[in-house]
Amino acid sequence: MSDVVVEVTGLKKSFGTLDVLKGIDLQVNRGDVVCIIGPSGSGKSTLLRCVNLLEEPTGGKIVVDGAELTDPDVDIDKARTKIGMVFQSFNLFSHLNVLANLTVAQRKVLKRGEQEAQEVALRNLERVGLSDKVNAMPAQLSGGQQQRAAIARALSMDPDVMLFDEPTSALDPELVGDVLGVMRQLADEGMTMLVVTHEMQFAREVADRVLFMDGGYVVEEGPAEQVIGAPQHERTQSFLARVLDPTHHGPRD
Amino acid sequence: MALSKRQRARAIRIGQYALLVVVVVALALSADWEQVRKAFFNTEIASAMFPNVITVALKNTIIYTALGFAFGLALGLVLALMRLSSVAPYRWIAMVYIEVFRGVPALLVFIAIYYGVPIAFQLQFDPLSTVMLALGSVGAAYMAETIRAGIQAVPKGQIEAARSLGMSSARATVTIVIPQAFRIILPPLTNELILLTKDSSLIYILGLFREQYELTKFGRETLSRSPSLTPILIAGLCYLIITLPLGHLSRYLEKRTGGKKISTPESTGLGVSA
Repeated sequence: MSDVVVEVTGLKKSFGTLDVLKGIDLQVNRGDVVCIIGPSGSGKSTLLRCVNLLEEPTGGKIVVDGAELTDPDVDIDKARTKIGMVFQSFNLFSHLNVLANLTVAQRKVLKRGEQEAQEVALRNLERVGLSDKVNAMPAQLSGGQQQRAAIARALSMDPDVMLFDEPTSALDPELVGDVLGVMRQLADEGMTMLVVTHEMQFAREVADRVLFMDGGYVVEEGPAEQVIGAPQHERTQSFLARVLDPTHHGPRD
Repeated sequence: MALSKRQRARAIRIGQYALLVVVVVALALSADWEQVRKAFFNTEIASAMFPNVITVALKNTIIYTALGFAFGLALGLVLALMRLSSVAPYRWIAMVYIEVFRGVPALLVFIAIYYGVPIAFQLQFDPLSTVMLALGSVGAAYMAETIRAGIQAVPKGQIEAARSLGMSSARATVTIVIPQAFRIILPPLTNELILLTKDSSLIYILGLFREQYELTKFGRETLSRSPSLTPILIAGLCYLIITLPLGHLSRYLEKRTGGKKISTPESTGLGVSA
């Protein structure tokens, strides 16, 4: 088996008459960290949500771990157990404490026993530095803690790939570092990751590959130092100029 | 002498208080207090009602209400899930049921189940089953709409998180959506319980044994032997013993959940079909 974990070919997605993705090709190898950057409305979140079929593609093909998700007969629930997803707004189950958030899907979906599920959960809480928050309710945690618990919840399913949808966008600035630290550690441990982010420094330091998306296309793709450090395309250049040096540009038009 | 606006407002307020005092004093002076006491609170009649008003009537009111509420909650949940089903006929059936049972008097439902069903189907329900079915089927219609609104008020991100962990739509509904929905709708459900407590009095039209009497029937039966409003007053106070704490509970729960009023959008297209 070749070590391609995620393979997207000719992906198209429309909402009504609005074409959000106009033909995307993407390949993520095992152990790779791929960051997707781009202006809002460029389709990067939609692309990520298509990879675990939270959005139904209009056209094209998505294969994750050898399972073709775009096949109408695919067991999507089974496929999703191998794809961890981290949301911008955390989405911890608000009626369950941290431990139950981490064990509920292990027990109900993977059919693990109570004890095994708890051991896995505690191990993953330790990985994200939340061992002391086992019994806390989500509302009692800071945004950064909630997001780390959400990462631990996804990790508890033993996924082959982790999807991150702007995981730090909803956080107070001083909490961003905690979450990025956990993500960097995951990358160092060899986790396959697909990350939609506005954190250019993270992309530059951690990503093996960076995709710049605009208007439903992948405009530029390559190693981080190339796409962020020396962008070739004019749209990439103007986007990065605005993001990296926001005070020296007038408003667009 | 012209009054300023503030002075005029003050004069009007004083006038309102004065009127109140005059009316209260006039009533107090003109009333025959002995007559009033006999009419409303005859201690002999009142003490003769105890302990049965508590050990039989109040107890039965609580039992009837609890049975009706339990049945209504279960049926209401099924109806709410049918209302949100992706299978159109389920939605129609639930909608027709809800409209019909919200639109007819509860008394008519009691009569239908106790007197109508035996004639039509040779099937006689005892009073306990009747009150459970009748109260439950009326309550279910109201609770179904509340539960549906609660389910739709669960943030979409919760369902997405559940689905992305590999839960099926049904599994996510049972494990994540319904428990959260019930937290949201606890205050309106408590109000529904208050309404059912009062509607349990409709059982008085059925032929009951003495030990099956609930508060209204018990009060009315005592009334027929004693020329005083006392029995009705006592029965009313007993209802308040149940409903006042529930009302406080409802307001407390509403405050605790931030006083959020749930909206009832027609459809949000959430994937929560059962």
